[in-house]
Amino acid sequence: MAGLEKRDVVIVGAGHGGAQAAIALRQLGFAGSVAVVGNEPEFPYERPPLSKDYFAGDKTFDRILIRPAAFWAERHVEMLLSTEVIAVDAQAKRLSFANGGGLDYGALVWATGGAPRKLTCSGHDLKGVHAVRTRADVLQMMDELSAVAQVVVIGGGYIGLEAAAVLRKFDKTVVLLEALDRVLARVAGPELSYFYEAEHRAHGIDLRTGVQVECIEEKDGRVTGVRLAGGDVVPADMVIVGIGIIPAVEPLIVAGAQGGNGVAVDQFCRTSLPDVYAIGDCAAHANGFADGATIRLESVQNANDQATTAAKAITGNLEPYRATPWFWSNQYDLKLQTVGLSIGFDRAVVRGDIATRSFSVVYLKKGQVIALDCVNAMKDYVQGRKLVEARAEIDPERLADAATPLKELTAA
Amino acid sequence: MPKLIVVDRSGAEKEIEATAGLSVMENLRDAGFDELVALCGGCCSCATCHVYVERGPAEVQAPGSGDEDDLLEGSGHRRADSRLSCQLMLTDALGELIVRIAPED
Repeated sequence: MAGLEKRDVVIVGAGHGGAQAAIALRQLGFAGSVAVVGNEPEFPYERPPLSKDYFAGDKTFDRILIRPAAFWAERHVEMLLSTEVIAVDAQAKRLSFANGGGLDYGALVWATGGAPRKLTCSGHDLKGVHAVRTRADVLQMMDELSAVAQVVVIGGGYIGLEAAAVLRKFDKTVVLLEALDRVLARVAGPELSYFYEAEHRAHGIDLRTGVQVECIEEKDGRVTGVRLAGGDVVPADMVIVGIGIIPAVEPLIVAGAQGGNGVAVDQFCRTSLPDVYAIGDCAAHANGFADGATIRLESVQNANDQATTAAKAITGNLEPYRATPWFWSNQYDLKLQTVGLSIGFDRAVVRGDIATRSFSVVYLKKGQVIALDCVNAMKDYVQGRKLVEARAEIDPERLADAATPLKELTAA
Repeated sequence: MPKLIVVDRSGAEKEIEATAGLSVMENLRDAGFDELVALCGGCCSCATCHVYVERGPAEVQAPGSGDEDDLLEGSGHRRADSRLSCQLMLTDALGELIVRIAPED
């Protein structure tokens, strides 16, 4: 294949990371050609509202576009939408598209995120079984929702819990199934898990933990229920599956990039392939907030800040990625904010009274503050960030005393 | 139609065609001010849409909620007229607003 067009930078993935990479390149004065290749038909949009305000109908799609459509042309960022990259030739610096086309690159930024992990049991692809990752997913659900009375949500992570909260707003009967012994088990301590379990139950959700799904049952190709290990069947007109993502990195790995669960990047977001960068959910990186462990972070913050790191590296300014992780989740009237990473904590201190629905969990490792989960506790989130960044060593009893602002706590 | 004059980080001033019923953040985003990151999309969960309301009714120069006030407190560039622009809804009644995009934290 000869004579493909070339762009100085090609960004694959039109989510938060891809959009920000293009924006940052232009802000940094990069004058070369920039193309963004996205496999969805839409211009870059915010994904968090897909399980929150957009799903709830509180925001129109226009309002969740990261930038208005005209912005990209004004910044001379070419948008190649509905286009899937199926292969990367790292020597020729060439991309092949599923539609038969392709593009050569000077530098490549891989910002593809991931595909929703699917159930592997029978019935996983029936009509009425949905993931929550794209606008198309949510439109499909909204379209079906009026004919739906009972929904089973599989997976008690943030996506599943947020979707469940919206469904209660629509007065649907909701059963939430979590395979582990508590919700949010991979991302938070038990205190937070039990609090959210109680909240969802108080809002009428039949929330069950430690439950294994056997298969999805059907009639005429449409879901009718979820069969559990042990034989019970939970009736369902709709099933929402929120059990994580699989990083979309196969073309890069096939091209020789190091990685496996995500593609490996260094502190400048460079992969092992020449002039190929990776950012966001799919980038496995050593993170200082995880004691240097190699992790993937699935968050808007990480996608955005790594995009800036990669854009800087491309424009000759090698600045290591050291951004403080933060995250939010809105469920009912509960505003959760997280700063730092609680991975590997050895002690969790509850600050404030959980019963008041305004409290924080402070995570410690070897006596140092490494993360906070703050529920309706904005002051703790703002002030706790400084403790996380300093890895402050503070007497847990003082941390637990909500009457003393965190900013007044110095090293014990 | 409310009048919105924006001062960007370089000090350049520009009047934009503002839409009532959208927040100041959304108006700035839609007008192409890419300095304004607005990462959380307007749900008052970060402080990346920080502006100064340099002209406007006194009531919109002060934070609209405790959460907004607390988030602004975390900024190293807070002023008396600081707002999170996602929390400032534009209405026709506001008349003319001048907002300056605050430095990045």
